[in-house]
Amino acid sequence: MTEMSYLDGNMLDGPMRELFTVDLSSAMGRCENCGMTGSMASLHVYSHAPGLVARCPSCEEVMVRLVRGPDRAWLDMRGTTYLQVPMPMEQTFPGPL
Amino acid sequence: MATSTQRRTPNRWQVGRLVERRVETPTAQTLVLEVPDWPGHLPGQHVDLRLTASDGYQAARSYSIAGPAVDGPNGPRIEVTVQRVHDGEVSPYLLDVFGAGDPVEVRGPLGGWFIWRPEETAPVQLVAGGSGVVPLMAMIRARRAVGSKAPFRLIYSVRTPGDVIYADELRRRGRDDFGLDIAYVYTREAPEGWRGEPHRIGLPDVNTHGWPPDLEPLTYVCGPTAFVETVADLLVGLGHPSRRVKTERFGPTG
Amino acid sequence: MGIVSPGFQGRPRTQEPALPPGQYLTEDFPVLSAGPTPRVSLDTWEFVISAENGSEHRWSWQELMALPQETPMVDIHCVTRWSKLGTNWQGVSLDTLLADVDTGAHFALAHSYGGYTTNLPLDDLRGGQAWVVHTFDGAPLPAEHGGPARLLVPHLYFWKSAKWVRGLRLKTMDEPGFWETAGYHDYGDPWREQRYQGD
Repeated sequence: MTEMSYLDGNMLDGPMRELFTVDLSSAMGRCENCGMTGSMASLHVYSHAPGLVARCPSCEEVMVRLVRGPDRAWLDMRGTTYLQVPMPMEQTFPGPL
Repeated sequence: MATSTQRRTPNRWQVGRLVERRVETPTAQTLVLEVPDWPGHLPGQHVDLRLTASDGYQAARSYSIAGPAVDGPNGPRIEVTVQRVHDGEVSPYLLDVFGAGDPVEVRGPLGGWFIWRPEETAPVQLVAGGSGVVPLMAMIRARRAVGSKAPFRLIYSVRTPGDVIYADELRRRGRDDFGLDIAYVYTREAPEGWRGEPHRIGLPDVNTHGWPPDLEPLTYVCGPTAFVETVADLLVGLGHPSRRVKTERFGPTG
Repeated sequence: MGIVSPGFQGRPRTQEPALPPGQYLTEDFPVLSAGPTPRVSLDTWEFVISAENGSEHRWSWQELMALPQETPMVDIHCVTRWSKLGTNWQGVSLDTLLADVDTGAHFALAHSYGGYTTNLPLDDLRGGQAWVVHTFDGAPLPAEHGGPARLLVPHLYFWKSAKWVRGLRLKTMDEPGFWETAGYHDYGDPWREQRYQGD
């Protein structure tokens, strides 16, 4: 049997889109473990599991965990220091949110 | 056509129906789905398709959209090309059982990273492994539809000539689409009269048939995970910056 | 619920009255993984039970194989809804491994090569309910199914049967593991359908 391999963070898009209206597959993220910053689409996604696990492509530590229940979802992003998300250009920033 | 300024609706499942089926190879077919509320999409994006058995059991898989949406008599139509997965759960249904008029739940368009925007003018190199050619074909078709002059090079790796998806159309486009070049890599069996031996894709293929890094191309690599890893490493090793090499890995998920 | 896909059956499965609620029978043995498959050499493999008082009990592969072996035949139930009946294993009972461990702890955290963890009450590892197994269906346990050795705790959902098990930490307080901190149930009884937190 072939090694159960990973897909990439393009596969995060569908499940995450139910939680967020912002497009996460074009976001950048910083790995809490090794500090590598890169596109969320480049994460190693193991989706053939009781939940979805996305690992840093550099150090393989877990950056995102997503569990979908019938009427709830749990999102654990402790492995991601921050997400940087492209937004439409606005002239008034920086400023109070 | 969706743009980044369009209001985003939370992604939801909607019902599509099969309107047409085209056999591409002995193991791959294109399915044309009528999806009445389709919001439009960009080349490279995918959909999730979900099946439900009569006892409520569900299975879902992701499929790349193969070309621009077209208007049908009852609304927009999109097409996906499905490759048979040995012992698969969903592909045998879609290829053998799914009938004209049957419903399927569709979620999408998905994927904001692995897309080619038709306004881009940079040269593009596309490297496909097997059924990884599907989203790249969407880019080739979109390029022609908008009349883009961005130079495109496709390197398409397959096991045998019989495995080439869109074979006739690629032959025609290679001849007629100005600025599109296509090269094949055969890994098990080459066509009659082919120069060279079957081999796995390597540095000489990418070097000869791709764009050099100083042209600053955009690269899209799609196929099985091992193929994508190999090719991405080759490209970065040749000097292509990794942020200009976009990858999409296919794999059996169930 | 929306549509039905005419003619779609899915993976071979039937509804059996003998199954826990919400489960389907399968003849396959699906592989589910949250990360790359660890590759562990038998030369360096070890199983360690560390008690709350700091004591450690270790077994090398040879030592594990020299212990009394059992051949449990059990039903297994995955939280993703597949169940497999009558699976055959060989391994060492946790009763054997815990026999000389002096502890007052009530909880255990199983941890694995590759970083996976899962928590269980210590009582659920005793009384003939749990094993460290190395053989499945008469052959060495394949790496993708958790080999060289995994935990086998069939009365709980199968995510508690930690693949690539490396040891147990006995604790006085329950510490939720990999999936339990991401929404899955702390205990996981399939017969009470305890899949998620709050079930």
